[in-house]
Amino acid sequence: MEYKVAYRMPESLSKKQFSYCPGCHHGIVHRLIAEVIDELGIREKTIIVAPVGCSVFAYEFFELDGTVAAHGRALAVATGMKRARPDLVVFTYQGDGDLAAIGTAETIHAANRGERVTTIFINNAIYGMTGGQMAPTTLLGMKTTTSPHGRSPEREGYPIHVCEVLKELRGVAYLARTKVNTPKDVINTKKHIKKAFLAQLKDIGFGLVEVLSTCPTNWGMDPLKAGRWIDEYMVKEYPLGVFVDKVGEEK
Amino acid sequence: MKKAYIEIDEERCKGCGLCISVCPQKIIRFSERFNSKGYHPAEQNDPEGKCNGCGFCYMMCPDVCITVYRLTPVRGETQ
Repeated sequence: MEYKVAYRMPESLSKKQFSYCPGCHHGIVHRLIAEVIDELGIREKTIIVAPVGCSVFAYEFFELDGTVAAHGRALAVATGMKRARPDLVVFTYQGDGDLAAIGTAETIHAANRGERVTTIFINNAIYGMTGGQMAPTTLLGMKTTTSPHGRSPEREGYPIHVCEVLKELRGVAYLARTKVNTPKDVINTKKHIKKAFLAQLKDIGFGLVEVLSTCPTNWGMDPLKAGRWIDEYMVKEYPLGVFVDKVGEEK
Repeated sequence: MKKAYIEIDEERCKGCGLCISVCPQKIIRFSERFNSKGYHPAEQNDPEGKCNGCGFCYMMCPDVCITVYRLTPVRGETQ
């Protein structure tokens, strides 16, 4: 008998320390993406397009080539990369302020064209990097620095549901919404991320996985309470599930 | 001989406590020490050898600072 490693940091992550706040779910999703890339064996041909936001340095945390797009334009940049080099695997990693606010047009049209890229969308219902302003995905009644009395539909409108908007588009090959606040959800999310990459590798279409994530710092909670807050409030507004699946079952 | 154990990179840990909250055996705790960033890192306190290497702490760790080791039979060896 001897001790063998059961779980350790995946090879596709650089050993660099993450710049995220304690308890932020960005790190979990980074690890899942790296594990999927390791499992698919595509590390040498994968390119990450990082967004503007907390994860702006994401390309430093992965052992991959990568770039940063202008705010919201990650999918436009990824489109160019994929069309110039169809042999590469291109994915974007975007937050809700990036993908659902300033980058709405790029997102919808890249999905509608069925670009063979993959997007990991982190929805934490707030602008994290700039200090907790209201995002398009902020829940009704939720207090942020720019909606101090809570978001009201008369003043600020309703939360945008990115998956429900995109599911009608014919170019989309995989679309799912998950969360990562329990080990079970983490395992599920990894399967969804893998299928979103397979949608690209099998040349079927656009893949997007929306991950409901915490922002303990700007929500004003400790990491454990923030995890429970996802179950109590966010899941009710953003129901989990698979919206589009043209990839089929894995062998 | 312990069934399994974990190693925590204390310098990488930010003391968020997610691993502590999900451990089914309740054998992870905050250390009394500080790391160089000023956080109390998590540490395993497992005198009875209760860790079974389920990996929940690894799955929830947002800073990927946990490595899980399991006792596994070597090929050709009888238990």
